[in-house]
Amino acid sequence: MSQLQQAAVSEHTAPAAISNPDSGTWHAVCALDDIWPNTGVCALVDGRQVAIFRLHDDQLYAIDNYDPHSDANVMSRGIVGDLGGERVVASPIYKHHYQLHTGICVENAEVRLPIYAVELRGGTVWVQV
Amino acid sequence: MNQHTRIVVVGNGMVGHYFMQELVKRHPDLAAAGLQVTVLGEEPRPAYDRVHLSSFFSGSTAEDLSLVEPGFYDRAGLELRLNARVSHIDRHQHTVTLTDGTLLPYDKLILATGSVPFVPSVAGRDRDNCFVYRTIEDLEAMTAAGKTANSGVVVGGGLLGLECAKALRDMGLDTHVVEFAPRLMAVQVDEAGGRVLRSKIEELGVHVHTSRNTTAIVDGATARHRMVFFDETWLETDMIVFSAGIRPRDELARDAGLAIGARGGIAIDDFSRSSDHDIYAIGECASWNDEMFGLVAPGYDMARTACAHLAGETATTFQGADMSTKLKLMGVDVASVGDAHGKTHGCRSYQYTDEVRNIYKKIVVSEDGKKLLGAVLIGNADEYGTLQQMTVNDMALPENPEFLILPASDGKEKPGLGVDALPDTAVLCSCNNVSKGAIGEAVAAGHCSIGAIKSCTKAGTACGGCVPLVTQVMKAQMVKLGMTVNNHLCEHFPYSRQELYHLVRVEQIRTFDELLHKHGKGLGCDICKPTAASILASVWNDFILKKDLASLQDSNDYFLGNIQKDGSYSVVPRMPGGEVTPDGLIAIGQIAKKYKLYTKVTGGARVDMFGARVEQLPNIWEELIAAGFESGHAYGKSLRTVKSCVGSTWCRYGVDDSVGLAVQLENRYKGLRAPHKIKFGVSGCTRECAEAQGKDVGLIATESGWNLYVCGNGGMKPRHAELIASDLSKEDAIRMIDRFLMFYIRTADRLQRTSTWRDNLEGGLDYLKQVVINDSLGLGAELEAQIQHVVDNYQDEWKTAVNDPEVRKRFRSFVNSVAGDNNIVFVKERDQMRPATVEEKKQAKVIPILATTE
Repeated sequence: MSQLQQAAVSEHTAPAAISNPDSGTWHAVCALDDIWPNTGVCALVDGRQVAIFRLHDDQLYAIDNYDPHSDANVMSRGIVGDLGGERVVASPIYKHHYQLHTGICVENAEVRLPIYAVELRGGTVWVQV
Repeated sequence: MNQHTRIVVVGNGMVGHYFMQELVKRHPDLAAAGLQVTVLGEEPRPAYDRVHLSSFFSGSTAEDLSLVEPGFYDRAGLELRLNARVSHIDRHQHTVTLTDGTLLPYDKLILATGSVPFVPSVAGRDRDNCFVYRTIEDLEAMTAAGKTANSGVVVGGGLLGLECAKALRDMGLDTHVVEFAPRLMAVQVDEAGGRVLRSKIEELGVHVHTSRNTTAIVDGATARHRMVFFDETWLETDMIVFSAGIRPRDELARDAGLAIGARGGIAIDDFSRSSDHDIYAIGECASWNDEMFGLVAPGYDMARTACAHLAGETATTFQGADMSTKLKLMGVDVASVGDAHGKTHGCRSYQYTDEVRNIYKKIVVSEDGKKLLGAVLIGNADEYGTLQQMTVNDMALPENPEFLILPASDGKEKPGLGVDALPDTAVLCSCNNVSKGAIGEAVAAGHCSIGAIKSCTKAGTACGGCVPLVTQVMKAQMVKLGMTVNNHLCEHFPYSRQELYHLVRVEQIRTFDELLHKHGKGLGCDICKPTAASILASVWNDFILKKDLASLQDSNDYFLGNIQKDGSYSVVPRMPGGEVTPDGLIAIGQIAKKYKLYTKVTGGARVDMFGARVEQLPNIWEELIAAGFESGHAYGKSLRTVKSCVGSTWCRYGVDDSVGLAVQLENRYKGLRAPHKIKFGVSGCTRECAEAQGKDVGLIATESGWNLYVCGNGGMKPRHAELIASDLSKEDAIRMIDRFLMFYIRTADRLQRTSTWRDNLEGGLDYLKQVVINDSLGLGAELEAQIQHVVDNYQDEWKTAVNDPEVRKRFRSFVNSVAGDNNIVFVKERDQMRPATVEEKKQAKVIPILATTE
């Protein structure tokens, strides 16, 4: 449980937030190793739930954790993969697919999840919210 | 002048009802079409499936047999009167009189009065415990009598007689068939075929007596009756069922002065009209060209013809019927096509006899050897569809016609029909009049599995004899439309699930990456990943949350719980057989109370706890494990529950220990991952309190072992399980279940329940029996060994998960906070928590339940 406590501490002390007035603030949320390859985690950043995915090539994606089709915060628990070459995550509730780099729903292009900038800096995952 | 056309239909049997279906198909709104229809049925219930009457003895109820869709007769312009018998037709007044005196006027009268069983005039035929086999009431009476009988005789060795013999045997009676002719099924089968059929039937423990003319039935010395034969030999038995043919019910027509056929039956023309043009006759009561038809398909044909003619169409005519039949009598295939007896002048035959396996096949060809005239198949009727179509469509014979019936050798394909050669008009399903063209259209409309074809066209849904041929046509049509019978799992794998399973097993593949690298492309998706995860688990049974397997799991398996609509999870500990100790129940109660979970007893007889957040799951399970519970796999496509009744231990009716067996089975198959979830039921007697016949695997105790049923289902499309073996010992039952489950796991599509799998299985129940019970593929030992591997490698997933810090770390709502998801909020209802609705969340009148995780 040490990792969990550590993460919690880092949120409370919030030492790693770099303010950027134009497009939000960068937050360090976890270590890359906290995300198993080809899975997602959810980070709580400024009260927002951000789903962060790590693919097999260590490419990171961050989209909103809220699935509007099911009204539940579940996107981080979806299965990642690709459809027609486009990287997607499937919502675990009703299986809608969302493009990881745009947040657009494959089945219903009018629905688009907010996306966030995400970066790996020296083994730490940062998102901008 | 009456503005309505009044139609009276006498008879609500299969054909009478079919007539109504046709009429409604033409005029969905009868009243608006100016029709006022009265249907009179003399039985207490509306139309039911008489063809499958014998299934009544293997568990089907009157409701199962019903042919009437709910609400069918509740429409404007249509009235159904049951228990209504017509006593008189007045053709001049255009009225019919019922036995209760009611007078009904008609403009058009349809006689669908059917037939009655023929009972030979034998002294004593009216004694108690003598029956006929025609209606559900007859069957109910037979069932009642069977309970106090040890033996039973069927008089008549024809098609119905043998069906009836099966029923008696199913009731556990010492069963005899007494036939007047020198062989069984004399109408359909030739002498050599009759011999093979007889030895097949005798193999099943039914005694056959041919060339026996019963002269009297008197009191027996060792049983209720003694049947005395013309040569003064005799046979004693407790009950007798007459099934010696049928006679048309033409008495109303005779009294009304209508023309009658030479051998009885109401004479009809090509439009199904009687000699009075306002009166039609359809089905077994009708005689066309002095010929009567005791099958349902020609009856349907007459009904269609009559319906068309009423509508003023004269293009549709009745032109006789192909009396080819294929059926299964006590598990024995019997088929007869066209001129089975070789009566055509100059014809010649080819015959094949296998006395070891009791198979007999014969084809009759024309004098010039160019056309097939008829065939007889006993013991194995795989070629029926091909031979019947060749005969009916006058198709050219292949060069060596004998190969049509010879067993395939050296892996050579048998000369099939080449379905392309069939004309579009060829009727593949004669029961429901479905042509090759109709199958083609269904395929073009996107119905590309035999299950879909069945529900769309109704082909193969009555007797089922045409299913192999329909499947062939469907596949050929798909190829033709460039649909390349594509059963690829998804865009990442050009293989079916069955093929992937095979690859994983043969190439010893243990990870998704390896599978994708060797046989797929791209990254995978939410279709192929969980499928691969399931296959890997079925074959190797490794811990599913291992680092390289976790990312493949569907959300439920990913967190070893069932995700609910709000993103919370449910927790279901296993209670094998539904058995739980008071201490266990108390522990569950305490845990549910502590974590404020909603509790409910499930349909599978265990307790489900709802409303747990991801981060609570490991703590909850730690406590459950400490209390002696393990994962119930309620989240997996795997064995769910083995439901049981209390069984012989407590129940005064129980025949065997159903709970004991249920516990044993649940512990054996727990954790076994499959294409879809699997449910079992075990009942301790035939009262069937565990509803085992609605389960994928069902066991019912008998006096001498266990009856095994498979492929049942509740759910969206309920399906009765089918009996595949009787009176098994516990050990044999488990072996057969091993084989059945692994065969299903190997061959089913993804997310295909056993019931759909069974509906799509080429060769159907028979084939399944062959593979599982008779081990026809020689796979038995291998299938059993594979299950044993899974059993030996069982682990409680939750125990592994809570004891592995790396795995446990994944169970949290946020990677960077111990907080819970504040979107999971509950309100109180009936003294428990339930998820708040979106509106309730907005109105903020909710009572968020804060976590008390420690």
